[in-house]
Amino acid sequence: MKNIYIAIPLVCLFASIIAGLFGKVVGRKGAHTITIAGVAIAFVLSLVVYADVKDGNTFNGALYTWAISGNIPFQIGFLIDQLSATMMIIVTFVSLMVHIYTIGYMSSDLGYQRFFCYISLFTFAMLMLVMSNNFLQLFFGWEAVGLVSYLLIGFWYDRETAIFANMKAFLVNRVGDFGFLLGIAAVLYLFGSLDYSAVFAGANGIKDATVMSPFGEWNWLTVTCILLFIGAMGKSAQVPLHVWLPDSMEGPTPISALIHAATMVTAGIFMVARMSPLFELSETALSTVLVIGSTTAILMALVGLVQNDIKRVVAYSTLSQLGYMTVALGVSAYEVAIFHLGTHAFFKALLFLGAGSVIIAMHHEQDMRKMGGLRTIMPITYLTTVIGSLALAGIPPFAGFFSKDAIIESVHHSDLWGAQYAYVAVLLGVFVTAFYSFRLLFMTFHGSNRSDDHTRKHLHESPTVVTFPLLALAIPSVLAGFMFFEPVLNGSFFGSSIFILPEHDVVNELAQGYEGTSGIGMIFAAIGHGIQTLPFWLAIFGVVFAWYCYCKNLALPGKIQKMFRPVYIILEKKYGFDELYQTIFSKGSVLAGKFLYKYADAGLIDGTLVNGSANSVNRISGALRKVQTGLTYHYAFAMIIGLFALITFFVWF
Amino acid sequence: MNPLDIENSLLSLLIWLPVIAGISILAVGSDQRATMVRGLSLGFSILVFLLSIPLYTLFDPSTSTMQFVEKASWIQSYNINYHLGVDGISMPLILLTTLLTVIVVISGWQVITERVAQYMAAFLIMEGIMIGVFASLDSVLFYVFWEAMLIPMFVIIGIWGGPNRIYATIKFFLYTLLGSLLMLVALLYLHNVSGGSFDILDFHEVKLDMNTQILIFLAFFAAFAVKVPMFPVHTWLPDAHVEAPTGGSVILAAIMLKMGGYGFIRFSMPIAPDASQELAWLMITLSLFAVVYIALIALVQQDMKKLIAYSSISHMGFVTLGLFIFNSQGVEGAMMQMISHGFISGALFLCVGVLYDRLHSRMIQTYGGVASKMPIFAGFVVLFAMANSGLPGTSGFVGEFLVILGAFQANPWFAIIASLTLIFGAAYTLWMIKRVIYGKVVNEDVHSLTDVNAREIIMLSMLAAMVLIVGVWPNPILEVMHVTIEDLLQHIAISKLP
Repeated sequence: MKNIYIAIPLVCLFASIIAGLFGKVVGRKGAHTITIAGVAIAFVLSLVVYADVKDGNTFNGALYTWAISGNIPFQIGFLIDQLSATMMIIVTFVSLMVHIYTIGYMSSDLGYQRFFCYISLFTFAMLMLVMSNNFLQLFFGWEAVGLVSYLLIGFWYDRETAIFANMKAFLVNRVGDFGFLLGIAAVLYLFGSLDYSAVFAGANGIKDATVMSPFGEWNWLTVTCILLFIGAMGKSAQVPLHVWLPDSMEGPTPISALIHAATMVTAGIFMVARMSPLFELSETALSTVLVIGSTTAILMALVGLVQNDIKRVVAYSTLSQLGYMTVALGVSAYEVAIFHLGTHAFFKALLFLGAGSVIIAMHHEQDMRKMGGLRTIMPITYLTTVIGSLALAGIPPFAGFFSKDAIIESVHHSDLWGAQYAYVAVLLGVFVTAFYSFRLLFMTFHGSNRSDDHTRKHLHESPTVVTFPLLALAIPSVLAGFMFFEPVLNGSFFGSSIFILPEHDVVNELAQGYEGTSGIGMIFAAIGHGIQTLPFWLAIFGVVFAWYCYCKNLALPGKIQKMFRPVYIILEKKYGFDELYQTIFSKGSVLAGKFLYKYADAGLIDGTLVNGSANSVNRISGALRKVQTGLTYHYAFAMIIGLFALITFFVWF
Repeated sequence: MNPLDIENSLLSLLIWLPVIAGISILAVGSDQRATMVRGLSLGFSILVFLLSIPLYTLFDPSTSTMQFVEKASWIQSYNINYHLGVDGISMPLILLTTLLTVIVVISGWQVITERVAQYMAAFLIMEGIMIGVFASLDSVLFYVFWEAMLIPMFVIIGIWGGPNRIYATIKFFLYTLLGSLLMLVALLYLHNVSGGSFDILDFHEVKLDMNTQILIFLAFFAAFAVKVPMFPVHTWLPDAHVEAPTGGSVILAAIMLKMGGYGFIRFSMPIAPDASQELAWLMITLSLFAVVYIALIALVQQDMKKLIAYSSISHMGFVTLGLFIFNSQGVEGAMMQMISHGFISGALFLCVGVLYDRLHSRMIQTYGGVASKMPIFAGFVVLFAMANSGLPGTSGFVGEFLVILGAFQANPWFAIIASLTLIFGAAYTLWMIKRVIYGKVVNEDVHSLTDVNAREIIMLSMLAAMVLIVGVWPNPILEVMHVTIEDLLQHIAISKLP
């Protein structure tokens, strides 16, 4: 099996190198054939690995020693268990779909081979990240996916907005990584190893260790967990490090689906789930996660309400859904978080690719106000988008219903500090989510077409390479809930790969509600229970209200906008995070740099000290030079004075 | 000649072969025979590089004693010896020197058209001298090489440099000379107290009281801090880089700065261990200051070479930080940082050189949209920029990572400040990339750019390969220095107070 594990990421890397370095040689067709074959092999092998893991064959071992420093070995290795095997399937499946979709989406782009090179490289990096058995490799993958994200957001590098967005994404992620790296350093300091198994085994032993800080005594484990979580906040775009994700939509749509919705941005969620043995021991850290997550979930959903760019609506929806996952992590429902990660990966990739399909048809127009009425022209795109939206809104029996309902119920059962706030936030979020997702649907596909004549004449359904991935992603968006609800809840799905303290185990409490049911009975019980609770009705209300606003009474949104103008402006400005950061951090550091350069470096050090001393030497020597006149009587006079002075000196002393 | 003989004369060969080759080229070369001169220089530099490989392959990593030792009496009356040898610290630096010299010769191939022989000779002679600095075990020999090194660099900047080269060379010369003189005083003092030896290894064993140690430490500090360069004695470097021709900048950044770090390891720390620990706070403070303060200054530079020069200073802050936290990760990280910085800063200066050769400007605002016209070049630049930002998988990550881990053990606050480089380093590097490489083609000049040619691809590929290999698998380098560094740390831990 070990060879298969190694083959899975390497086949993607290999394909990426071929497409990247020999793109001209293999041509367009060669590039996509090779990379798709690579990812397809990785997907099939991941299925094999998954089946093997289900049979109880987990793996934890090193591949090679990256470095040995101070007798601590830093190794590259794999940990293959239920969690990583699940992630591998999600990553390779979505990646495969996006690869196929790209053939259609990028068909006329000059950077065709380069694009395939990047997305295969991304798949490699993401696989290394989820398969890692240690913090070092995790960080490798972590930064490598960040790099590919940087390259892909800036894929159209002659667009000013794209190259601003990619630099912003990289730098904001670096702020997160700053915390993450310190967290890793703290792990090494506390445990003397970066190996997951060694660290997790030692966690209980140091849970009471403290460190003195200027603000009092801190628990080491809490500090470590929060530092690691700062990394997750960067990568999974949690408030206040979320600002890069909406801008990342400057990249081509396939990567918005793959990287900025389904996989990379969920790396933070995966990481915290992986670190469950550490986070479980610190309720402070869990509460932090919970509060940050719920804040993200509601704040970002609200911004989604006022967006008119079709991709940005989906982007804010992603931010909000990542918040939901983070909330699940915060209440120790790690398996539910990963469950939602999985269903979200399918339906959100579907929504993005659906949006992409619309964008192709609209000749790269992304403003929904210029769309409308597309459902008859693009039936497959419409149908799949409907499925995606229903799943996102959490309407039973679509996948999103099961995972989102499980999150809300978990929060309900939790008695952690902040859980009540989180409960209100996620409940409100349900309404908002349903509203904005159906607003998108109605504005784009219903009503009359508002585009210009030229565009309207050329409207058509997208080619098969585009619609096939949509259909392929629609299937799990419908079915994933049925399939995995039971094993996730009863704990058999993730087995021992996730650790939960009994007193935090809200999922177990949830499962007890379904005691006595199993299989399809449990599904019906869940749906039956779901439609009697508030979230379902909030979602339905959201859908209906969206229908009323955007299909029935088209003047209403404008009226509401006028009525709540201050709120609207706040949302439109996205709470002003961008402006704030731009002023304080970007302009601030440039100003500080200019000031230091001018006054400290060039002024004080170089001007006063270095050149100043040179100038003093110059002045003194200049003065002394005047004495050397070359006139004999001057020298004779000086000698006499000197002699007189010496005699005086000897006589007197 | 049997292999044993090679071992006993390899270092001498590495020092004197390039020096003799340089002098011969100077003798026979003229601009009419430029092609021959280039061929000869390349041949010799490759030969020296190949000859330096046995240093690695025959090196015994299980011991910290000096290897490839050569010892002969030089000036008997003062007990000055021609004493050479390498350990796990100096050996990798010698290999770095021989590799970079090959690249520098290639980089000057078409660019230098006047006084080709002198140019090539200067670099070959400098190569020998720099190897001499790393291989000397006698302090007088070391001092001679140390000072001699300034001469070819002075010439390179002074002749092939930019418009303000005279100011830059004098500043560079005076700055470093001033520091070196204090070092000479310290060496003479040590000669006296060590019972008449100039041997560096003997100096390591001399017992000294605290005040003396502090004075000696400060004297060495004057020499090495200028070379590194540490804040606040760094201001010669940006000027020297801006005026130096590309090859000069490469050697300056890649090798010469390492002499400072090497000096701290070879002299300051083992000779004055108690003072090193006593003054560690100063070293750490200055290093951390460099990481943040210099990074902010780098952010606002308009001249690409100046930006990379400031970036160098900031990165070298990691070296001095790593050294003076006195743990394995710190010191090994510092060494890795020195080696990696050799590749990355060298590569970045070459990249600026590539642009400068075409448009004769180093200013950021001259460019914009270079990627559209030079896609292969853009690929290289982005790779090196990422390496400069410490991306894992590149060599730039290894040193910073280890130093941050080591600093965290010493004091988490050191690690916190040092980690800011993750943000700042990426900020100034990527901002430059954004303005120069990406974006729309801004003017006719950029529109006329042609992509890198085969020669440029070769030199950049060599460095790209090193950056990636060392990033993915640094262990082969760490392995050879492991025992030496452990031994050094043990040595420092033992007080030398009488």
